[in-house]
Amino acid sequence: MSIFVDERTTVVVQGISPTSQGLYHGLRNRDYGTKVVAGTNPNRGGEEIEGIPVYATVAEAVEATGANASFISVPPRFAAAAIIEAAEAGIPFVVCITEGIPAQDEALVYNRLVREFPGTRLLGPNCPGIISPGKCNIGITSGDIALPGGPVGIVSRSGTLTYQALHELSQQGVGQTTCVGIGGDPVPGTSFIDCLTAFEADPDTRAVMMIGEIGGSAEEEAAEFIGSSMTKPVVSYIAGVTAPAGRKMGHAGAIISGSKGTAQAKMDALAAAGVTVAQNPTEAGEAMVEIVRKLG
Amino acid sequence: MDLFEYQGKQYFARFGIPTSAGGVADTVDEAVEQAERAGYPVVVKAQVKVGGRGKAGGVKLAADAAEVRTHAGNILGLDIKGHVVKRLWVEHASDIAREYYASFTLDRAAKKHLGMLSAKGGVDIEEVAATDPDAIAMVHIDPTEGLDAAAARRWVDAAGLDEKARGQAAALLVDLYRCYVEGDCDLAEINPLILTTEGTVHALDAKVTLDDNAAFRHPEWEEYAATDTEDVREARARERGLNYIGLEGSVGIIANGAGLAMSTLDVVNQVGGSAANFLDIGGGASADVMAAALEVINSDPSVKSIFVNIFGGITRVDEVAKGVVEALSRVDIASPIVLRLDGTNAEAGREILAPHLSDRLVAEPTMVAAARRAVELAGGPR
Repeated sequence: MSIFVDERTTVVVQGISPTSQGLYHGLRNRDYGTKVVAGTNPNRGGEEIEGIPVYATVAEAVEATGANASFISVPPRFAAAAIIEAAEAGIPFVVCITEGIPAQDEALVYNRLVREFPGTRLLGPNCPGIISPGKCNIGITSGDIALPGGPVGIVSRSGTLTYQALHELSQQGVGQTTCVGIGGDPVPGTSFIDCLTAFEADPDTRAVMMIGEIGGSAEEEAAEFIGSSMTKPVVSYIAGVTAPAGRKMGHAGAIISGSKGTAQAKMDALAAAGVTVAQNPTEAGEAMVEIVRKLG
Repeated sequence: MDLFEYQGKQYFARFGIPTSAGGVADTVDEAVEQAERAGYPVVVKAQVKVGGRGKAGGVKLAADAAEVRTHAGNILGLDIKGHVVKRLWVEHASDIAREYYASFTLDRAAKKHLGMLSAKGGVDIEEVAATDPDAIAMVHIDPTEGLDAAAARRWVDAAGLDEKARGQAAALLVDLYRCYVEGDCDLAEINPLILTTEGTVHALDAKVTLDDNAAFRHPEWEEYAATDTEDVREARARERGLNYIGLEGSVGIIANGAGLAMSTLDVVNQVGGSAANFLDIGGGASADVMAAALEVINSDPSVKSIFVNIFGGITRVDEVAKGVVEALSRVDIASPIVLRLDGTNAEAGREILAPHLSDRLVAEPTMVAAARRAVELAGGPR
């Protein structure tokens, strides 16, 4: 099995045009085998682009195709409205990879989803998306570096470190159930704990790799959850041990504020919860391979 | 982006938040002019983006023009924790009866806005939070609801501000919240917020951090961007649209992706070296971007070696390799370069690089090996 997306997932790509990022990534996802069933564009309803039927709105796309996931890669100024449009159309799983959405917009959208659209899960923004190898890929992860069959689930705040983790495991013949990029922004729609909960419940996932970074306290909260509620082994890597305080390290959410959000505090919390804490991505991959070999 | 105090006060003024009468001065003469305009006595304040300027001699009271001259002369050019003072804020000195604290920021764990208000202001709020947490009245504000006058008044009452300050403080907090939300601040902080002996409430300091992601809807921020950094390397990188942060070490870093770039700094540190910078060139890695990145790093005199760490996802490594080769043909690089290229089409990428390898351009298969090599080339581990 997998979490959040599988072979039954059908995707509507929001903001599709012959030159849009949405089309580029949507076609890549379709090439991987993802069921991309519709696109939306207010000015192109009724058209077909690269074999993808285009509807003016998400609601129309859902009515016509029954799409149960949406993919958003529109520019930052349009992203919040796009997420709400998907939620209003009843889409249960929305992936938004857009980087650069103002934090105020994110906080507002998050709380609107919680209050008005509890049936919608938002993944991202500012994330690489999600891949259940061999089943479904929504986002920008390269399908070539993922290996179907499990038993490892991956959850990460960073794109390239996620690819690195996938690659290291795949090269050693260790497959993945699902790899979720929750994104590097301050208010992610889906949290570490949401993913850990799903992996814990997924019978095919037998171990979890969690990749965090400086800023906020999501890793500490995850550590508490792992300590109290997880039976499956977890390997973790946290980026930013040497990051200076007060600077946003590429990701909007990767900032040490005052004395809060340091990598060391996160690593300590995770280690105390029984997590195997690696010092670099390679070490994390090696530790996971060893755990999987012992699981047999 | 952090604002200077004077910029923060000007930003506050846009939202009707009262501050002391004052103005900016870059010279001693300008300081006197601003003092005459604000009315004596005045406070001459160093404009630096670092705490502790009072203790460092960067804030002085002046009763007349002669004193302004003395203090302004002393403070301009003063080095406060590595920040050289180039600009002053001169404002009318307030008769302070009470000092409070007020701020809004995002509580990432609660995913709501967090307002903090305390009757104990003028001191380090993290210290108050640690030693006397009950002295801070905290409110979580749901962004879908906002902060209205009645809620602000209840909050002010809970914080135990002096009776005669409460009405003004509540109104000011509503304005400060509007500044924080509509003004797209990561942080809007007033410390101290004062009650004067005349019974008025206003902001004596301003600490504002703007959310860079919202710059597209704030053309007025351009003036702040111009003064944002004193680091010439960072200014140079910004001109080229690069995501760069200057650091103190000797190994120049180029990586694709923020997480991988942070991780690269960490690994360099683990093997005994230290990074000269953080530089994320994004998911792709075209020749243009690579050349711009190499130029910026090459212009940093403390760089002794360069570590290029690329993981190819959608961007295939063979394309990255071509980009590196082309960039090197355009830029003359002073320091040896260590490359670690992995991911999609890594083999093809290494083949493209093979004929170009030398003692100035080295390839290593793993991050750790590459970091070791880069540190050696920079003069060895510490």
